Amino acid sequence: MGASFLLLAIVLGISLGTVKVPILSTIQILLAQLFPFVSLDGIDQMHVNIVSNIRLPRVILAGLVGAALAIAGAAFQGLLRNPLADPYTLGVSSGASVGAVVTLFFQLSLPVIGAFTLPVLSILFSFLTIFLVIGFAQKIERSMRVETIILTGIIFSSFLGALISLMIALTGEELRQIIGWLLGSVSMRGWVYIKIILPFFLIGSAILIFNGKELNAMSFGEERAHHLGVNVQRRKHIILMAGSMLTGSAVAVSGTIGFVGLVIPHLARMLWGPDHKHLLPLSVLTGSAFLILADLVSRTIIAPIELPIGVITALIGAPVFAVILLKTRAERSG
Amino acid sequence: MLHIQHVSGGYAGNSIVKDISFEVRKGEMLGILGPNGSGKTTLLKMISGILPVSKGTISIDGTKLPNYSPKELAKLIAVLPQHAADPFSYTVKETVSLGRYAHQKGWFHSWSTKDEETVLRVMEQTGTLSLQHRNIQDLSGGERQRVYLAQALAQEPRILLLDEPTNHLDLSYQKELFDLLKKWSKECELMVVSIFHDLNLAGLYCDRLLLLQEGKIVIEDTPNEVLKQERIQNVYHTKIAKQPHPKVPVPQMVLLPEWENDQSEEVYQIDPSVIHASSERIVVKTEQPLKTMSSGVIGSGTGWYQNFVNRHVDKSYNFSDHKQEMADYLKRNGFIPGETVGMMTAVKLEDVTYKLYVDGHVSIFVVVTAGVGNAIDASVIDREVYDYTPGTINTWIFVNGELSEEAFIQSIMTATEVKVKVLQNEEVLDLNTGTLATGTSTDSILIAATQKGTSIEYAGSFTQLGRLISKGVFECTTEAIRKSRMRKEGMSSSV
Repeated sequence: MGASFLLLAIVLGISLGTVKVPILSTIQILLAQLFPFVSLDGIDQMHVNIVSNIRLPRVILAGLVGAALAIAGAAFQGLLRNPLADPYTLGVSSGASVGAVVTLFFQLSLPVIGAFTLPVLSILFSFLTIFLVIGFAQKIERSMRVETIILTGIIFSSFLGALISLMIALTGEELRQIIGWLLGSVSMRGWVYIKIILPFFLIGSAILIFNGKELNAMSFGEERAHHLGVNVQRRKHIILMAGSMLTGSAVAVSGTIGFVGLVIPHLARMLWGPDHKHLLPLSVLTGSAFLILADLVSRTIIAPIELPIGVITALIGAPVFAVILLKTRAERSG
Repeated sequence: MLHIQHVSGGYAGNSIVKDISFEVRKGEMLGILGPNGSGKTTLLKMISGILPVSKGTISIDGTKLPNYSPKELAKLIAVLPQHAADPFSYTVKETVSLGRYAHQKGWFHSWSTKDEETVLRVMEQTGTLSLQHRNIQDLSGGERQRVYLAQALAQEPRILLLDEPTNHLDLSYQKELFDLLKKWSKECELMVVSIFHDLNLAGLYCDRLLLLQEGKIVIEDTPNEVLKQERIQNVYHTKIAKQPHPKVPVPQMVLLPEWENDQSEEVYQIDPSVIHASSERIVVKTEQPLKTMSSGVIGSGTGWYQNFVNRHVDKSYNFSDHKQEMADYLKRNGFIPGETVGMMTAVKLEDVTYKLYVDGHVSIFVVVTAGVGNAIDASVIDREVYDYTPGTINTWIFVNGELSEEAFIQSIMTATEVKVKVLQNEEVLDLNTGTLATGTSTDSILIAATQKGTSIEYAGSFTQLGRLISKGVFECTTEAIRKSRMRKEGMSSSV
């Protein structure tokens, strides 16, 4: 079900837009990309160009970002035993944002990597943030309880948010650029950005999926997980690192896109249950489909103007989340 | 075997547990007792490896705890948590299956048939099999507790640690849980170490008890040795009394509430105003319940009672279930059977004799109904079986004072000795044997005390209370027998 939802989202995401490509043509072009023997006879060359050079990379990037944020969110929620946790709670995405804003603010362009300066700095900053958060939490309390980590994450988030605001206040003409980036977008990134996020996504997701059982145990509390035989300290570090890697790489290529990491794991848990062995892969499928559709809406709803994708996910995500929250509260008190 | 040697430790360098040593053998159940803050949970957390040991060693089968990997340790020790967080809606079976984590091998933790069998078996044993598809968040506290017990058992541990496992359980589940644990500890050679708040439950099920105070061991021994009234009072700083369990040879502790000893109130005194006699029944009603030891039809044995009824029945009274009949009678007449001692007699109740006897601070109120038609010599046992006919000498003694258990028993002895003497003085004969009678076949006795005011340790015939009883029973019984005899003579002479 998750997989077919994703396929549908991909096809729709590619076919619809300012220029509509017929669904059947879209499928044919896609097949031709995968299998060279499929002929493109009778298909408009412009359509082929739009699909393979503009729409396909955009859809794939949206899918990867959505998947990365959703699986990281699912893992953080399980680890922190808090259904309200997401990649932002730990300060990771704020860290990545600071990396990106610093690049924009100082007009940085590091030698050798050049155009890759922004994503590379973003990922570096997200790692730096999670190390600082963990290190700080460890200073407060050696056993690093979940509550301590969340509190530390929130403190770091606020601090880093203030840094970003400071840079925005000091900036002149780049203001629009920075704000545009902060609102998040997957447009005009091309295949290059896919190459940046893909390895981090594959490694991070694989690590998390291999830790599904441990996440199940940890979601019953760290003491319980320890009693069940989980090496809690080590697994916690591994999961936090993998989640940060996924978040950092997603923020690097698309800016801050909120609510995906919060709402999608919730939705997946409601539909398929909380077992992380299924929850993590299903979050990947649902998260990518969700972001592809959100991107589709962002560029078609008031075409030709494109809305930032972060606006769409927040507009859909926040009310959906409020409804979920009300429902679970009603269930608990009922 | 679990060895704890000179262990100290706690949180952040602050030693809560201090220099504790003990060991647990296979198949043994050890209870850890102690007031709040005495270090029970800290000790348990150190054994389960959650808290580090700052001094001393904990070892299992000779290997120190830190030398086991988390997975190896989970195959040896399982913990039943006091309360587990369950923020997500796992099913019961998913939850129990997590107990197999330490037994699964390889990257993919493949689920073997042995895993499946174990999970099904422990769910069966804990009665959670029928709940297996239910959502853990929808279960009651007791059901959830059993699910976590199943999860712990799925680890197939050799040591099971429990932290006040009966917290959320009602009475029947408490019993069920410990019956099961006791059985498994013997059958599977499981070592069970459990923290208890309930001293009685601990005394009932544990082989040995460990009493902690301020992080140190006060005593570690069998329940009978550990549960001593004075020791428990000192450790828990609270007033308790100890009494035997009615069925099992273990001690039970009961709390003594503050109002029990409230001396500010005027001490309640029994006097002749409590008695209401008619031809149908003699009733003594007291304002406060009295501690009573009696051989009545209803309310016999030891208990606290407020109503005392001596009911006249016809000589031909014959019910197969006379207890039930008596209870019905009491209810019909507005007495609550649970608060009433009920006796029967065929004697004319007009002949009742009662009197208050006072000696300084001690006073007793004696009520006797007597008839000697069924008089027998109890020392002659070789006789034909006697039909049950309602009791003929019923002796009630109400004491204003606080009696010890010994005093109750000695009161009964003294009263009985005096009664025998009265029968001899009055030359009452056993008509079957022709010898002097010692009583009738169905005599009843009742000693009831207010348990307030003067404390009375002993009631032998030489003590103050004993002498009062001697005097009172002697006078009242003599008078009651004479009244009854005179009535009979009067009746026969009028015939």
